[in-house]
Amino acid sequence: MPDIRMGGLCGGTHGCANFIITVTHGSVFLQAIMEEKELLPGLFRTEYRNIVSVLCYLFGIEHIETAEDIVSDTFLTATETWAIKGVPDNPTGWLYTVAKNKTKNYLKRHNLFQQKLAAEIKYSADKTAEIEIDLSAKNISDSQLAMMFTVCNPVIPEEAQTALALHLLCGFGVQEIADAYLTSKDVVYKRISRAKDKLKENNVRPGQPVISEINERLDTILATLYLLFSEGYYSKSHNSILRKDLCAEAMRLNQLLIQNRLTNKPLVNALFSLMCFHASRLDARMDEVGEAILYDDQDETLWDKTLIETGIHYLNEASVGNELSRYHLEAGIAYWHTHKEDSNLKWESILQLYNQLLQIAYSPIAALNRTFALAKTNGKEEAIAEAKKLDLSGNPFYHSLLGNLYTGLDNALALQHYRHALQLTNTTADRNTILKNIAKLE
Amino acid sequence: MNEFLIAIHRDLKSKDASPSPEQMQAAIKPFQDWIGGIAAQNKLVAPPKRWDMDGRVVKQNSVTEGPYAEIKESLGGLFIVRAENYDEAVEIAKGCPILEWGASVEVRMAVPTS
Repeated sequence: MPDIRMGGLCGGTHGCANFIITVTHGSVFLQAIMEEKELLPGLFRTEYRNIVSVLCYLFGIEHIETAEDIVSDTFLTATETWAIKGVPDNPTGWLYTVAKNKTKNYLKRHNLFQQKLAAEIKYSADKTAEIEIDLSAKNISDSQLAMMFTVCNPVIPEEAQTALALHLLCGFGVQEIADAYLTSKDVVYKRISRAKDKLKENNVRPGQPVISEINERLDTILATLYLLFSEGYYSKSHNSILRKDLCAEAMRLNQLLIQNRLTNKPLVNALFSLMCFHASRLDARMDEVGEAILYDDQDETLWDKTLIETGIHYLNEASVGNELSRYHLEAGIAYWHTHKEDSNLKWESILQLYNQLLQIAYSPIAALNRTFALAKTNGKEEAIAEAKKLDLSGNPFYHSLLGNLYTGLDNALALQHYRHALQLTNTTADRNTILKNIAKLE
Repeated sequence: MNEFLIAIHRDLKSKDASPSPEQMQAAIKPFQDWIGGIAAQNKLVAPPKRWDMDGRVVKQNSVTEGPYAEIKESLGGLFIVRAENYDEAVEIAKGCPILEWGASVEVRMAVPTS
């Protein structure tokens, strides 16, 4: 069976040509698929993951390849049939019916049900024909939630978790994941295969999370979702559609956790709120050619007010209980950044939030941002003295920060730090930013 | 790197104690900035907590109410930092903003276990 994922059907707006070369043979298909190029990749993105989740939830992770084959085959049938007969009125319903039939046929053909699955299957059924493949919205959500807990199993290393999450939970193709991480298809493919093997080796079964699991794994899940989001938000990739998709997927999965009574915890709401505040600036922070626009230069009329409101709503939802997580604090900081105008209240609030954040989750970037806020509230001299204690002289942002702080106080020194930053940086966007700052001083 | 206990002692029982409650209120921001600065250097091992003023002192035959106060100063706060040596730990402790109102800061190194 051709692996249409590898062919790149799911490649969003850029995968179709690839797909045609890989699996189809006639110009009729070509034409039809070109016409459907908006519809089919979109459907693939959402329905591939939905059906795969439901099948894995039903049959267990050890049959994951079978599940993926069945769904890939379903999409292959769809492209062929739709090319000839046209797109059905209810494409999703059509896909579900075909996927169900293919699953039943597969089970019959391989006699798999009697031999292997009968004992494992979640829903009791006597005969193959009676297996209920439940593709209702509720079961799709349940399956995705179960898969989320499966993918974030501690047996899988972190980098593989995000790749597997993108692949299984978000329906991203290997090529897209490779694009997002600026790595090769091979690397991603291996990462995903190894992660799947780990799950099989450890006999991990997707199931509805129980309370003990939630407490122990929710942190990992949230960290994975945050990584997914950040991958989109800070990605080195210039493909802005892909980047937005990554952010949107992280938010969708986060919503699944909010919609489930057991996982709807304050920190889950806090992370969602944080994502809303960040996402509100997605359109404003990149120009037409994919170059980053710095916060100070952003056109705030492009900030998404609805997302900011949504963020505030979830931050309020998060403000119950005793736990003050890093997500709460980061959401608070992001909230203040939705106020473009400088005010003492804004920067004092940001400083105190960073003071607290650093106590529970140190990171060099938080330390540097905290020092920037300190300059706004306590003055540049104090901030420079504090910056020098940070022991981050190998970090380009450390020198950019000092360049900024010295500007106006000692421009020669500022220039020296910016030049040092330039030597240390390795991304084009950061280089351009630093060069602009140098130009202002020269 | 070694770990050092930073313990702040101040007068909790005198009526006209220094720092006064007003001074303590005013010290919140400098205190948070001090701790944030230590944390920004990645030198905070265990962050400070807010301790109540209730407290109990347990002895062999008695339990008395209130924090330990048989001398004028009681324990007001404590946390643990990472530092190379006493010089560095003392330098960190000197940043305590409550010093100017008469508090004293005790610095103790944890004996390395290995």
